Amino acid sequence: MRYVVAFGRFWYDFIIGDDWKIAVAVVTALAVTCALMLSGAVTGPALAVLGGAIVVVCFAVSLAVDVRRKS
Amino acid sequence: MTAATWGLLVAVFVACVVEMVEATTIVMAMGFTRGWRSALLGTAAAIGLLAVVTAAAGYALTTWLPESLLQLVIGGLLLIFGLQWLRKAVLRSSGRKAIHDEVKIYRERAEQARAAGESRGSLDMFSFVVSFKGVFLEGMEVVFIVITFGLNAGDIPVAVYGAAAAVVFVLLVAIATRKPLSMIPENLLKYGVGLLLASFGTYWSVEGLGLFRAGSGSLAWPGHNFAILGLIVVWFVLTRVFVVVLRTPGNGPSDAGDESTTKELAA
Repeated sequence: MRYVVAFGRFWYDFIIGDDWKIAVAVVTALAVTCALMLSGAVTGPALAVLGGAIVVVCFAVSLAVDVRRKS
Repeated sequence: MTAATWGLLVAVFVACVVEMVEATTIVMAMGFTRGWRSALLGTAAAIGLLAVVTAAAGYALTTWLPESLLQLVIGGLLLIFGLQWLRKAVLRSSGRKAIHDEVKIYRERAEQARAAGESRGSLDMFSFVVSFKGVFLEGMEVVFIVITFGLNAGDIPVAVYGAAAAVVFVLLVAIATRKPLSMIPENLLKYGVGLLLASFGTYWSVEGLGLFRAGSGSLAWPGHNFAILGLIVVWFVLTRVFVVVLRTPGNGPSDAGDESTTKELAA
């Protein structure tokens, strides 16, 4: 069991690192973009650009939350 | 070589130098305080395991995964890594996080090594495990960078050459100076690599979302690969804005010119 926990902790540290909000921001941005794609509301290259913009916004929000908590 | 091939080579080289500097600091701290045999054995074991992981992951990724799933998974991971590096760059340059200092990290590691007590067996397990973990963890990021950048450019060998050149370069500098590699502008390199990882990660992960639509074809960016240049500009501008907005009183220069801000971002 100890090794399973250590294995899981290794991958958590490797992927999530010291700020889980970044991973949440990335997953949220991709999920929102995917939902837009499946709804058919946006199509073509505009969807890729919108997806990139959503990633940028989610990162900005996660950083703002990070700074607000620390200050 | 084409400009794209040179770009791939330089990007992988710089990214790997950053990771290698951190791993070298750990191994040097173990070597100088507890002896080199176990530290180098731990390093060799980690490099051996990394070679196996690289071969297995490279084969699995290129053989079994459809292109859009590959883009989504690898792009998502690159994006997380890149944004973590950009976050740290922003927080450091706005005075909200301590600057990364290899000398300080070396001292802390050396203190831990001394506090761990003497080893009784022929193999110093403390030195072996710390060196192994340090090299393996930093090396895993190198593996991801080599595989992803190499796959995207369709030229894995050039990516491997870039990584190998970085390893040789850092080792030569370490052997020549015999002290923590604080002279390498690691924070500046980290900021640059963070921009690259975030930009490539955004590009691939969004492309890979096509996996979930009918036909599973990748999404298309306007301008195709040239969109990556636009993404680099966007991430650069955003991080600069964040540094200015988040700067705490008493931190950072009042002059926010191009050169000073770039250096400051990387600090």
